[in-house]
Amino acid sequence: MIDFIHPSLILFLGAALLPLLKGSARKTALLVVPALVLALIATLEPGEFGQFEFLDMALTLGRVDALSMVFVWVFGIILLIGMIYALHVDDWIQHSAALGYAGAALGAVLAGDLLTLYVFWELMVITSVWLIWRRGSGVSYQAGMRYLVIHAIGGVLLLAGVIIYYQTTGSLAFDQIEVGGPAFWLILLAFMINAAVPPLHAWLADAYPEATITGAIFLSALTTKTAVYTLMRGYPGVELLMWLGAIMTLYGVIYAVLANDIRRILAYHIISQVGYMVCGVGMGTVMALNGAGAHAFTHILYKALLFMGAGAVIYMTGKSRLTDLGGLYRHMPWTFLFYMVGALSISGFPLFSGFVSKTMITEAASLDYRAIIFLMLLMAPAGTFLSIGLKLAWFTFLGRDSGLRPREAPANMLLAMGIAAFLCFAIGVYPAPLYALLPNPVDYNAYNIGLILKELQLLLFTGLAFFLLLRFVGGKNAITLDTDWIYRGGGKRATLAVRNAVVSGNRWIRKAIMIVLRSRAQGIRSRYGRDGKLARSWPTGSMAMWTAILLASLLLFGIRT
Amino acid sequence: MNIVDLMPFSVLVPLIASAIVALLPGRTLPWAVTFLAALISAIIAALTLPAATEVTLSYPFGNWPPPIGIEYRVDAANAFVALLVSSMASLALLWARTSVNREVPRRQGPFYALFLLALAGLLGITMTGDAFNVFVFLEISSLATYALVAYGSDRRALLAAFRYLIMGTIGATFLLIGIAFLYMMTGTLNMADMAERLPEVRDTRAVRAALAFIIVGLGLKLALLPLHLWLPNAYAYAPNFVTVFLAGTATKVALYVMLRFIFTVFAPDYSFVVLPLATVLMVLAVAGMFAGSWVAMFQVHLKRMLAYSSVAQVGYMVLGVSLVTTAGLTAAFLHLFNHALIKTALFMAIGTVMYQTNSIKIDDLRGLGRQMPWTMTAFALAGLSIIGVPTTAGFISKWYLILAAIDVQAWWLVGLIVLTSMMAVVYIWRVVEAAWMTKRPADLPTVREAPLSLLLPTWLLVALNFYFGLDTRLTVGAASAAADVMLGAGLGGAAP
Repeated sequence: MIDFIHPSLILFLGAALLPLLKGSARKTALLVVPALVLALIATLEPGEFGQFEFLDMALTLGRVDALSMVFVWVFGIILLIGMIYALHVDDWIQHSAALGYAGAALGAVLAGDLLTLYVFWELMVITSVWLIWRRGSGVSYQAGMRYLVIHAIGGVLLLAGVIIYYQTTGSLAFDQIEVGGPAFWLILLAFMINAAVPPLHAWLADAYPEATITGAIFLSALTTKTAVYTLMRGYPGVELLMWLGAIMTLYGVIYAVLANDIRRILAYHIISQVGYMVCGVGMGTVMALNGAGAHAFTHILYKALLFMGAGAVIYMTGKSRLTDLGGLYRHMPWTFLFYMVGALSISGFPLFSGFVSKTMITEAASLDYRAIIFLMLLMAPAGTFLSIGLKLAWFTFLGRDSGLRPREAPANMLLAMGIAAFLCFAIGVYPAPLYALLPNPVDYNAYNIGLILKELQLLLFTGLAFFLLLRFVGGKNAITLDTDWIYRGGGKRATLAVRNAVVSGNRWIRKAIMIVLRSRAQGIRSRYGRDGKLARSWPTGSMAMWTAILLASLLLFGIRT
Repeated sequence: MNIVDLMPFSVLVPLIASAIVALLPGRTLPWAVTFLAALISAIIAALTLPAATEVTLSYPFGNWPPPIGIEYRVDAANAFVALLVSSMASLALLWARTSVNREVPRRQGPFYALFLLALAGLLGITMTGDAFNVFVFLEISSLATYALVAYGSDRRALLAAFRYLIMGTIGATFLLIGIAFLYMMTGTLNMADMAERLPEVRDTRAVRAALAFIIVGLGLKLALLPLHLWLPNAYAYAPNFVTVFLAGTATKVALYVMLRFIFTVFAPDYSFVVLPLATVLMVLAVAGMFAGSWVAMFQVHLKRMLAYSSVAQVGYMVLGVSLVTTAGLTAAFLHLFNHALIKTALFMAIGTVMYQTNSIKIDDLRGLGRQMPWTMTAFALAGLSIIGVPTTAGFISKWYLILAAIDVQAWWLVGLIVLTSMMAVVYIWRVVEAAWMTKRPADLPTVREAPLSLLLPTWLLVALNFYFGLDTRLTVGAASAAADVMLGAGLGGAAP
């Protein structure tokens, strides 16, 4: 009797099987494989499995404990929902990539040692990039390429860190990283890249909006949350993370307010929401860690829901900019409804899932007497609500009529959104099962009058401000793709004027650099290219000369003494 | 018949078979006999390896006791190399049939006879315990190889073979001069005996000069930068089967002989002291890693690209040697084995492409991923191995090389290894991008997937790459045994 089957194995087999299937057989497989994985997850018992020796190193393929199970569960759930949502897509490469990607993410979360983690970490990158490329546009190819390069760098950092860690401690077990020196920082840096912690976040807002409509669901759920898991496992209580996390919450919100592409807005909110988790990890108290885990769980659900809503709009209208959309609620009422459930969840409205997890982290900050962090975390939901619950909803579904007359999204999309919306609502109303899943025992009740009032006040006044200032907050079509790429130093509250100055400056500098790079590349090509000096077929005489030179120099050393 | 008596037949069977094959008519018969001979030789080598790992085996020819007679002396190190060479030859022959039928349409007898001579020569170099015998076998294999290269259908093959001939002869001459110096000073040609007598005359200039000559001579055969200049053209224009075979074996054997001389004949506490050998080898290795990868990134002709990549890979092996530690030598032996697997697989894939399309310019590969998916996938997977992605054989050797570098606190070497691996990503990716990411231009012919007789051996090699990336018992065990022998008692030690 085999007591442990790795869920990733099923997923990889499924991914390999898909190209061989056609039509309805493939569709069945798309649903059966995630369902099978969910069933398998339900049977997982705590413990360590799949241990073996490789090159004298003890590796553990499956470590099941409370912390990993939180993530395993939600990954399994979102995989099923995402697959339902993607059922109509007839592209086996995307589906295979999604299954492989989920398998890699599960493998990374279950990895009991750093080397296994590294392997799955890289696998995640290689599989997920296809979800971007299969969009099939030139922009998405380039965005995917940049995504690949950044994560390749992250992978190298991780590998280097792992090797040094192994060298200093002699162990590969993945627990809290307690050594100092380069191992600590290299691994942390690699995790931070995947968690999109500024200033290493740019890949996320660049790549996710260019992904395929269905691929974005998986992307938004898996990569950053795997990174959150590794941070929780390896770096709980690192104060730097707390500050970076708090900054992230505001950073993402501010950028989101300025964006125009609906999925870019959502992508920036991933950064903001992951900020809560990173902040919770950094605080490192029992409650904060619980909050981070809970928030990862709820976040995956409502963020996927939002991406599904936005995806449905793009799928039905072909447009993705706020300035091109408007008045869709009449034609896509269900999408609008589900989207709003997601929007209320992410904003942390009472009765929705965000409320029960987000407030946990905020309260952890206040119980830990961290005033500034508390205020920063309190402030961010206002921005979140403003851009997702109000701005995006208003300019897409309500507001002025754009003249678009799309039909309602296909049934499978609606079903997937419905399931996710139901879960968001259910967790918000009855959070006990979620709390039971968390790594530490929970002694927390979000529904006390103080918290509810605090959140409601904040959000309702945000709403009031929005409608008073409606004229000023809309998306500006002038915002181009380039501008999302600027890295800023200190001040994040940039006005459009500063923004334009930076854009033109940035463009100018880039042009200058490109000119230099091009001329260099030209030089390199002419020197080392096909007929360059090194690559030329040398005449026999000069070959013999090299031989003579080498012999002479060796003899010189040998005979001299 | 015990294993010691069986051992010489690993060399003798191909040698004798070559005379027979030369006279055989037709196409099927020469190939079949050749394959049989290579297979027998591989089986004998496989039987020898476990025995040789335990004790050093010695077989005196004609019952003349060494040091007077010629002796075959096999320990963990050369048994490992012999197994590699003979099994690579057998695997290459599986692939050869179809490819050679195209490139050598008539009278294949002499062609396969030359191949068997080259194989016998390489195995002879590996197994013999006699310094002069090394030279003789080196010449046998080299002369056969020159002729094999000249069989290439491209007219440039003649020039490449000629250059290879000139350079190879210079290398062999240097080796001969070195051996002659040693003979002059010690009065013996048996390597073990030589190792015992050398300490008496160690402080003479003749012995130092001998070391220098031998290293440069073998460096040429090894294609160590800057002595690699013969290699790209020879590999590029030789018949595909010859390239496949040479890439996996010839430079490996040269490296083994060099190690044998540096570590066994001259002890490491001699050779690394009188000459700044560690520094020289390290500098040349790193330069080779860089220059090879660098040029490979810009090559248009894919066989040349892989040839330059070989120069870089030789750099990795020599780098391991230059650390002069057990870990470093283990890495060198591991890469010697793994690189043979990788390069053979890559050249097979490229050879298969050439068989179907008659071109291996990178531009002519555009969009080929859809028309020859199995071939190109095999290439990409073998490419992963040369990059050093985990679960491939290439990863294992790079991993050990990195550990060896860390052992001596040479962090900068780790950086360089990673950097050159990134360069490997570039040159492999160029092919992948051309094959899959671009549309096939209308003016290029539509081709079909290659025949199974080419695909199956290629995939076998690819599978081996992954097998040895996961199950490292054989490779790591044999490589560390070989490294121990080299650094330990070696030939001078106790033997029955």
